[in-house]
Parts: sequence; structure tokens; C-alpha cells
Amino acid sequence: MNTIPEQNFLTAEKGLKSWLTTLDHKRIGILYLISITFFFFVGGLFALMIRLELMFPQDEFFIKLDDFNQVFTLHGVIMIFLVIIPSVPAVLGNFVLPLQLGAKDVAFPRLNLASWYLYMFGASFALFSIFTGGVDTGWTFYAPYSTTIDRSVISMTMAVFIIGFSSIFTGLNFIVTIHKLRAPGMTWFRMPLFAWSIYATGILQVVATPVIGITVVLLVLERLLGIGIFDPTMGGDPVLFQHFFWFYSHPAVYIMILPGMGIISETITAMAHKNIFGYKAIAYSSLGIAFTSFLVWGHHMFVSGQSEFAAMVFSFLTFFVAIPSAIKVFNWIATLYKGSISLDTPMLYTFSFLILFTIGGLTGLFLGTLSVNVTLSDTYFVVAHFHYVMMGGSIIAFLAGLHYWWPKIWGRMYNEKLAKIACGMVFVGFNVTFISQFLLGLKGMPRRYATFTSEFAQLNGFSSWGAFLLGAGLLLTAIYLIHAVYKGKPAGNNPWGALTLEWTTSSPPPHNNFEKSPTAHYGPYDFDKIVVESTLDD
Amino acid sequence: MSEHSTPHVLPLRVYLGIGAILLIFTIITVIAAQIDLGFLNIVIALAIATTKALLVAFFFMHLYYDNKLLFLIFASSIFFLTVLISLTMFDTLRRGDIYEIRDINIEQDAIIYDESSSVGADTSGTNH
Repeated sequence: MNTIPEQNFLTAEKGLKSWLTTLDHKRIGILYLISITFFFFVGGLFALMIRLELMFPQDEFFIKLDDFNQVFTLHGVIMIFLVIIPSVPAVLGNFVLPLQLGAKDVAFPRLNLASWYLYMFGASFALFSIFTGGVDTGWTFYAPYSTTIDRSVISMTMAVFIIGFSSIFTGLNFIVTIHKLRAPGMTWFRMPLFAWSIYATGILQVVATPVIGITVVLLVLERLLGIGIFDPTMGGDPVLFQHFFWFYSHPAVYIMILPGMGIISETITAMAHKNIFGYKAIAYSSLGIAFTSFLVWGHHMFVSGQSEFAAMVFSFLTFFVAIPSAIKVFNWIATLYKGSISLDTPMLYTFSFLILFTIGGLTGLFLGTLSVNVTLSDTYFVVAHFHYVMMGGSIIAFLAGLHYWWPKIWGRMYNEKLAKIACGMVFVGFNVTFISQFLLGLKGMPRRYATFTSEFAQLNGFSSWGAFLLGAGLLLTAIYLIHAVYKGKPAGNNPWGALTLEWTTSSPPPHNNFEKSPTAHYGPYDFDKIVVESTLDD
Repeated sequence: MSEHSTPHVLPLRVYLGIGAILLIFTIITVIAAQIDLGFLNIVIALAIATTKALLVAFFFMHLYYDNKLLFLIFASSIFFLTVLISLTMFDTLRRGDIYEIRDINIEQDAIIYDESSSVGADTSGTNH
């Protein structure tokens, strides 16, 4: 019978103050989890408002036309900057990375707490702008619209600026942690692949994020002082804003997806009880994705008026991103071959990820093709593609990771039956919502419109019902996960039979992570070696 | 270089020598600014400035003698900056290659967004 250890990081100190001043990476991970979940539901509410408005063709069915622009902007800004970018690194990276490396904490615990405070500070700016005029620029803040309208663009872009620093500090912290705090025996190629993906993400966070910081500062300066950087009436170049914006924001989609890919490498090996196929290929492909992501930003700008030459170069380079992504997908599928597969909830989410991310990735190739893109630009096809990668990829992987590590975080197991039902609702709801949008896009429905003609009515209605099912699935997930924290059955140290170091300590882990410093004797997925050894022991 | 080694100290004459070279380059910059060399103006000015910056980084800031990882970080930041500027210039320098851009003056008072007539549609760019 499993029990919860009396001494663990949750019981080490008590009271709100102990949480708000904690330097423990595990507690900081939970602080992030609470704040990100809050914003996930706020962003989700905005999504449901969009789908309610688009359920029927008539104008102003649910919200006013002008408010519609605000609603989709806030949905985008909150989901991207406040939820997906920090989700996996700041929550699961914080909690799991030091445990996986066999370390007591991250390299800079104070900086780690400071990142969370910066995140909250930035988030308060975002909330402030919602209540003081709002923003209706879209999450991309394109100039010259964003530099000329009378809305809370400055406070919202400052939110992005501040949260950017939080992201940089987190990335820097993890890079140093991986370089300096690996346990004895934990060579680079004995690191779990989740750590590799966090490492690649860290590089992106440190290198790319300053550019969005500078860009929004230029935007604010232009609004305040009337400097002609982006505004063509003052000799500026609005397309330049798009270059600067996407130089960050394209790598940012890999900041969002790479850690998710790391989670999949963990869950797929643990659930298939098999060594990963092509460890080095997956590790290097993370770095490959990080590198190539810097060379392709112009594919967001094919209809912006950039030169045809630049468009051709960016289109050509875009196809290179598909190679490391495909390497990963093929290796994961090969890992399943002859594995002993358990169909627990993390694995169901992993399968969902493989299907949804593949659809998202392949439709990305459609959009990367210059000629096809010109037709599909600004249609619902783009919206569907983006959601397949970001929601079907990042968020589904995050859910896989949450279900996988939940028993480690709290020491208690959730209700597997409810979890499987919720996973089914999320998968079906998601596909109903966004396959409809692929079709709408192909039929030519433009995005960001609050109204549409009757020919789009059926698919839009279908998409909205899918969104409600998806929302219900996520709500159910929140309910049984929170229930498990208080009432779940004790899970034991290693409910999945995984080999990475976090499963060798108790659940929840003690304040210093391990009773005594661990040593990595095996690679993270050497199930074959462990089996051989235990057979010999018998 | 080991992690806890003592700071690397250069002889004073190296600092003075580098300082002198920097001064000479400054004088060359001033002289070059007086002569019109056409497109070479910017090339020469940037070449001198880059050399000076590298001298400062390598010797005054000890990058040349320090852990090579630091040099790699420095070099990669230069690399990514080059990527940002050069790929952006693929656009800005080559607009109108195929389709001629008609040169129309932009009105200062042009209405970008009219609340009264708008139906709230924003058609800016793509975001996939």
C-alpha cells in the first residue's frame, strides 16, 4: 500500500508567506501552475465568446462588432504570452528539470522566484489594459494601426515586455542548471530528452525574446514621441515592424512547441516501456529546430508587401523546419514498435499529440508554400493550422505532462476513468472545432470577422459545438485534477515504471529533492539494460 | 581556463598599445569623414568601427584570453544579429524587383480607422 511521506516539499513549510517567498523550484512551479491555469481559463472564456458570436451568421448575436476585435485579441495575447509560452518551461520545467538532472534546485533559485514575480507583474499590466480601453490590434500588434489607435496598446505591450524578461530569466536559469548541476554520471547523452528540449527552448528564450522587447519599446516610443520608425506618414516602414515582430514570434512558436516535444519523448518511452528510438537524433533535432526557426520568419509576411525575393527565400527555408520535426515524429513512432504499451491517460494524450501535431505540421507546409499561402492567407485555414500546432501540439503535450507528473507533484493519483473520458472529450471537441475551420478556410472564410454569409453557417455552428465540448472536457480535467490533490489515492514513487531520476525519489519529493545525491548509472530510457540486470539478480 | 583561476592580467604596454591603435583609428575616421568616397564612405566607417569594437572586446574585455565558450556566445549573438539584418534587407533592398512600386505620397491625415463607418474588421497580416 502506497503512502504519502510525512516530510515533503508541500509540508516543509506552512502558510501563504512561505509560498510567496519560497526558493524551492517545485513550489515556484506550482505558483506558475496556479497563475497559468487562471489565465488559461480567462483565455478560454474569450475563445468561447468568439465561438458563441460565430455560432450564427447574424451580426451582434452575442457581442458587439467592435468588441469582437477586442475579444479575439485578448484571447490571442493571453493564450500566447501568459499561457503557452510559460506553460511547459515554467511549470513542468521548473518542477521536473532539477529532479531529472538529480539536482537540489535550479542554478539561481532567487532569479527563479523573481521570474514568477515578473510574470505576475506583467500579467497585472495585461489585466489593467483589459479594463482600461482594451486592445483590438490582434495579438500581433501590427503597425501603423497599433501606433495610431486610441486604446491601451502601451500597457498591453509593456505586459509583453515584462513577461519577456520573465521568460529570458527562466531560460537562462535552465541553461546554467543543465550545464552545471547534472548529477554524477549524468553525461549530456544520459540526460532525459525533456532536459534537451528545455535546453533548446532556453537558447531560443535568451536569443529571441530581447528582439520582441526592443520592438515593443520602439512601438511605444513611436506612440509617445511620434518617431517615424513604423509609421509611413513619418517616413517609417510598417513592414519593418512585422520583420522585427516575427523574428521573435516565429522562434516563439518553437519556444511553445519544443518543451511539449520533450514531454512526449518522456511519456512515450515510459508508457511503451522501451528505449527511445534515435536518442541522439531527437536531441540534435531539438537544436536543429531551434536554429532553423530563426531563418523562416518571413513566411508570416507573404502578403505584407515584402519583396518577392525575400518571400521566395523565406518560403524555401521554411521547408527545412519540417525535417527536424519529422525526425522526431518518426522516431517516436518507431519507439512504439514492439513496445509494451500501457494505455494510461498520459499515453492517450501522447497519441492525441502525435495525430494533431502531425496534422498541424503538415498543413504548415501548405502555408509555407508561397503560391498556396497567397490564397489561404488570412483565412480560417491559418487559424486552424495555428491551433493544431499550439493547442493540439503544445497544450495537449502540456496535458500529457501534467497527467504524467501529477502523481509525482502531489503524491496522489487522479481518477483514471474520468481522465480518459475527459481526454476523449478534448480530442473529439478539438477536432470538431478545428477541422471545421480548415474547411471554412478552404471555402474562403476570412479570419477575424464577427459575421459571415449563410454559406458558412453550418460549419461555423459545428465548430462552435466542438468548442463547447472541448471546454467541457478541460473543465472536467481541472475538476478531477484538483480533486486528486486532496482526495486522490497515494500514487507511490514510480506509478508508471519509468527510469528517469525524478521517479527514484518519493512522491511528493522532499524539500531537497533526494535523500542522498543520486548517480546516473544508466541512460534515461535503458529499459533493456534494467531488465537484463534484474533477471541476473534473480 | 579552469573555473576558479585568477584573473588574467595583461602587461600595461598591451593596454597602452591598444589604446594608441584606437586613437589612430579615431583620427582616420575623422579624416575619412572629410573625403567623399561615394559608397565606400559607409564601408570604411563601419570597417573601422568594427575593428575598434573587436579590439576592445578581445583585449580590454579579455575575450581573446577567456573561456572559449564566452567567445562562442559573443560570436553567436553577432551571427543572429547578422541574420536579422541581412534577411530583413532581402526585403527592404529588393522591393519592386518584379512588380513596380507606384510612388504615391501618403497623406498625413489619411483616415486609417473610422469608428463610424467600420464594421470592426481587422485584416492585418498572417499569424501562423
